[in-house]
Amino acid sequence: MRYLPLTPEDRKEMLATIGAASIDDFYTDVPEAARLGGKISGLPDHQGELAVERHMGALAAKNRTASEGPFFVGCGAYKHHVPATVDHIIQRSEFLTTYTPYQPEIAQGTLQTLFEFQSQVAALTAMEVANASMYDGSTACAEAAVMACRVTRRRKVILSGGLHPHYAAATRTVCEAQGIEIVQLAPGVDAELALAEAVDDETACVIGQSPNVFGTVTDLTPVADAAHEKKALLVSVFTEAVSLGMVTPPGEMGADIAVGEGQSIGNALNFGGPYVGLFACSKKLMRQMPGRLCGETVDADGKRGFVLTLSTREQHIRRDKATSNICTNAGLCTLAFTAHMTLLGEKGLGHLAQLNHEAACMLADALEGVSGVELLTPRFFNEFAFRIPGDAGDVLEKLDGLGVVGGVRASRLYPGKGLDDVIIAAATECTTEADIKAYADALSKVLA
Amino acid sequence: MSMNSQGRPTSPSAPSAQPAIQTVSGSRGLQQREDLIFETGSTTKTGVDLPAPKGGMDRLGGVTRKKSVGLPGLSEPEAVRHYVRLSQQNYAIDLGLFPLGSCTMKHNPRLNEKVARMPGFADIHPLQPQSTVQGALELIDQLATWLKTLTGMPAVAMSPKAGAHGEFCGMMAIRGALIARGEIETRTRVLVPASAHGTNPATAVQCGFTVDEIKADARGRVDMEDLKSKLVDSSDIAGIMLTNPNTCGLFETDIREIADLIHEAGGYFYCDGANFNAIVGRVRPGDLGVDAMHINLHKTFSTPHGGGGPGAGPTVLSEALADFAPVPFVVEEDGVFHLVEQRSGEGSEAFGRLCAFHGQMGMFTRALTYMLSHGADGLKQAAEDAVLNANYLQSRLKKVMTPAFDGYCMHEALFSDAFTAEGIETLDIAKAMIDEGYHPMTMYFPLVVHGAMLIEPTETESKAELDRFCESLLSIAEKAKAGDESLKAAPYLAPKRRLDETQAARKPELRWSEPDKIAAE
Repeated sequence: MRYLPLTPEDRKEMLATIGAASIDDFYTDVPEAARLGGKISGLPDHQGELAVERHMGALAAKNRTASEGPFFVGCGAYKHHVPATVDHIIQRSEFLTTYTPYQPEIAQGTLQTLFEFQSQVAALTAMEVANASMYDGSTACAEAAVMACRVTRRRKVILSGGLHPHYAAATRTVCEAQGIEIVQLAPGVDAELALAEAVDDETACVIGQSPNVFGTVTDLTPVADAAHEKKALLVSVFTEAVSLGMVTPPGEMGADIAVGEGQSIGNALNFGGPYVGLFACSKKLMRQMPGRLCGETVDADGKRGFVLTLSTREQHIRRDKATSNICTNAGLCTLAFTAHMTLLGEKGLGHLAQLNHEAACMLADALEGVSGVELLTPRFFNEFAFRIPGDAGDVLEKLDGLGVVGGVRASRLYPGKGLDDVIIAAATECTTEADIKAYADALSKVLA
Repeated sequence: MSMNSQGRPTSPSAPSAQPAIQTVSGSRGLQQREDLIFETGSTTKTGVDLPAPKGGMDRLGGVTRKKSVGLPGLSEPEAVRHYVRLSQQNYAIDLGLFPLGSCTMKHNPRLNEKVARMPGFADIHPLQPQSTVQGALELIDQLATWLKTLTGMPAVAMSPKAGAHGEFCGMMAIRGALIARGEIETRTRVLVPASAHGTNPATAVQCGFTVDEIKADARGRVDMEDLKSKLVDSSDIAGIMLTNPNTCGLFETDIREIADLIHEAGGYFYCDGANFNAIVGRVRPGDLGVDAMHINLHKTFSTPHGGGGPGAGPTVLSEALADFAPVPFVVEEDGVFHLVEQRSGEGSEAFGRLCAFHGQMGMFTRALTYMLSHGADGLKQAAEDAVLNANYLQSRLKKVMTPAFDGYCMHEALFSDAFTAEGIETLDIAKAMIDEGYHPMTMYFPLVVHGAMLIEPTETESKAELDRFCESLLSIAEKAKAGDESLKAAPYLAPKRRLDETQAARKPELRWSEPDKIAAE
């Protein structure tokens, strides 16, 4: 067994040193009725690398990858190109196989990258401070709602009609358990500004999204103004981090808390995880933030260094009074994010955002040219919704038969909401003009 | 011995006292100084080459960024050097023994990494048609089968993204069950041992419960008298959150009785599975009366810790709680796998959704790869070796150090600071270990032991490595016993000296800002 260094002789010698007769001596505290004799049945014995790789490879081969052909699925996770350098960096042993940097003298590598990550996220969202990551965008959104209730001492959260339904559901799960009231506004392609009407004196926060789940970009400034007038907070959500290279960021719209999904920068699709939740806020709310924070300090020689800080907010110190129960975060995914962002820089990010936007514009033009297609999203970055005559599920299945993965049917996210004829499609820098033509041609055929 | 340019062997000159060398660069030999990207990069520099935009396309409707972002870029060689230099300031399992108790820093097999990067796993989207991801759903189903079989539990929720998220999942399932019984208003109290991970009380509160702490007894286990006294009036009991093996590294001897008492009181038994690695193949939590337990794939099943994540915390559930699992979940029908994403209305008690998608797929691929590599026989051997290694350390270290409790331990050995001289504390011992080339043990946890030092070697250390580690730690312990003041300023040889955490908290600098901006504040 290749992962176990002890030899039978070692084991014998070690038992002798300890003064134990056999390994069983260590398990005598286990209630006798619960002790297993022999090994657990129904599972295979150990295997070599080749056999395991074959087994896993066979499972992998049953999946269609996003790179295999025209692919337009978005809605919270996006197919982007990740530079080879990023994957090399995150596979460095010193990053891959280390723990949370609780011993800062021998964890400055992790700590400095976290400090840089926090600085990048704050800049990207145009917010004052950011934490060292959450599990993903949806759990970051849920934590933001709870934090807003803590800050305002209110118990009501209002969700926009364009907030990703999975984010809304994750937020509902966390809030309901704590007796926080959730008000969900009706789904709408271009309905984020309805939050401004809905906010009242009991509202802790309103949660809006731009670009929203239908791809619509919205300047949430009027929502921020309305919320602040009622002493409520604006939580501004995004699921496509690349958009912030072009689109108005949360901080420029008066958001108090910005949360989003960072997968698009540096991280593969991975069938939904692991991803990296981004969490930023104003400086005055800093001490109410969930999760780890890295801060600058000096060592005994006066040299600059970094440590985890403000940990009295956290569960390992504050226990039942902690701001959150989060412990493990998205460590390595933050490294992938920060490394990719460092390679991009402001120049590369802006360029990448423009390529994404242009791909989506070309896709919209091409699909609008197909008879029967009605574009629904009025302003978009790299994703939009459109209506087709017929059932979106059937249409997507037929497109799939023609080699085109055409997007997400809105009814998968909103069952029973009358959106059966709506498709949400995304394009990125990976989308080629040939892909776009293939989509338009296939859709023409399917709708003919 | 090395050769000089003339081919003659060279040897070091006569040994002399080492002068205090100051370098101009700030680097020290292989230890390279590395500034922040905000100091070395520029907003006009980039390390990616992208095709030229076409221009003339704009459907943003004016919702555009007004100010510059302020993000520095580096060319590829500069970026690679930046991160490689930083990496060399980190300790890691691949460098040496990482005895962080409760964290299970075992070897991370590279086959796991290779498999996770297969395009068939890494390059698939969570919302693409289910017919195109049958292999992924089958993988989730296979991993679920392993987890259920190893724990002896009938159901598992796969979507929790880390241990604490799994705790949340399990406690929400308990909450769901209490709602179904119509008792959520009355059953609000959750018992949590004083020795618990901080996540346990935090999770209970997050699920709307109140925490009632139970004491540890002199043997480091749950104090049964205290437990019983808390159950005299049990009408408000929702359940108990108990780690087993517990955070003192001990198996809870009375666990069956505890489970029975809680069930009789009308509550549920949440087991924190952080230490499952000690008992895989030897005991099934399902046979201990457990109702819910999360499994840290990044501890027991070798997925990398990555400097603090990502983790994965699938949560196994008993018959009583199985109906209360969150969406989504995978079901198989005639060889076809379906991902159930919505509550199906009547008969479904699912409490909702924990996160956006289906869980940490990238961790699932790694964990299943590890399980298949080890097999049923190897997983059991791994658990036994982890326990053997811990007991070996305990038996050697107790010659100088003070074990917190009598008897054998499970996978980690716990010591108190009773052996240290006045003025020397656990922190000093931990920092001195850094100079010896080791990562410190977990310190000051669990809280029930004074100056706790929790040492978990894991099964992936050889006897020779354990022996070297013992020699180092014993020599430090001797110094601590003798009151050697030099320990107070350790480490001396690390990339950084002790860092001022008080200053960091008093005046938090959480991001880079322009130097003149800082001066103006």
